[in-house]
Amino acid sequence: MRLLFGSFFTFMLAAAIGLGATWLTLTRGVAFGSLRIGAWTAWPKSGSMDIDPYAHATVARTGELPIGNGDGVAFYARTDDNGENFDGRCTFTVSGMTPPARYWTLTLYDLEGRLVANAIDRHGFTSDELVRATDGSFTIAVAPRARPGNWLPTGGIDRFVLVWRLYDTPIGVATRTIKAGPMPAIARKGCS
Amino acid sequence: MTRTLLWILGAILLGGIVHLATVLVMPRAATQDAYSRLVPLTPVNAMVPLAAPIAEKSIMPFMDPAFAAAVCRYDLASGSIKLNAPVSQAYTSVTFYTRDSVAYYAINDRAAGRRAIELDLMTPEQHAEVPEEEDVTAADRLIIESPTKTGLIVLRALAPEPGLMAMARGALAGAQCRIQPVQ
Repeated sequence: MRLLFGSFFTFMLAAAIGLGATWLTLTRGVAFGSLRIGAWTAWPKSGSMDIDPYAHATVARTGELPIGNGDGVAFYARTDDNGENFDGRCTFTVSGMTPPARYWTLTLYDLEGRLVANAIDRHGFTSDELVRATDGSFTIAVAPRARPGNWLPTGGIDRFVLVWRLYDTPIGVATRTIKAGPMPAIARKGCS
Repeated sequence: MTRTLLWILGAILLGGIVHLATVLVMPRAATQDAYSRLVPLTPVNAMVPLAAPIAEKSIMPFMDPAFAAAVCRYDLASGSIKLNAPVSQAYTSVTFYTRDSVAYYAINDRAAGRRAIELDLMTPEQHAEVPEEEDVTAADRLIIESPTKTGLIVLRALAPEPGLMAMARGALAGAQCRIQPVQ
């Protein structure tokens, strides 16, 4: 009787631990071999046959197609440089210089990877569209209300993700340090 | 007390196995992965344009809205695939995915180095059957081996500004993905 009860308890606990750990890792997007530069994180291996099992399972669950290594690399940011979560009711600035790449795009998504509705139908910038200062630097205002210059609307949603995609770039699997690719800084400028 | 601890230790070990097994099985068991999403929208072995993502509605999550995209959902059961894609003015890339969304090969217009990206896609078995002289004489013929019988070829053309989206779409419209029956 005790054995029966014990094994029943063990199996239930094992199922809870196992499935719980799987759910946690897949919804949080755990993956190995990440490349962190400031608030930005990329998983260059996810665009190759060397994709790790966690990243592979996450991709299968969400239904996205990772960017291939011969194409480019995608950096994701969910927080500003101080680690504070993005909030669509606040204003953030993305500024500085960009790593070397033939083209890049910056896109704002909700947490599910969908574009966010807004009045001017802008969902991001490409390297050609951006208004830059004379020294090549730039500032993008990510804000709920219209801003002069480069304005990326948040649509006032709760949380969002910024994705910086570099196309035809030397940044990739072999990149280890921040020196190879300076990424733009993200700062919080107050909330409405 | 010791006995309860042993049961718990056993549960943790077993839980670890359950965790690893579910993570490994997920890519095969997923019903909402990219390939499954494209089955009702695309024919087999033909290049078709994909609807651009708009607010709150896109075929797959995290699609880049600055790109026009086309997809060829391939099946190599009846022969190899010949891909011909003209490149756009700005930036064009081709990425090959296995049935379970692994990007196993990607090339951009500059790496392809010509006006058009021309590739042959085949299974390792089909590649082994290609006559050797043909392999040598056609040195500029790029052959890609697919790890799986089915998969996706995704063609992307950048519109550096919204006004150029029509140009990017036009470039993709000329792309072809044709099956070459086995002789």
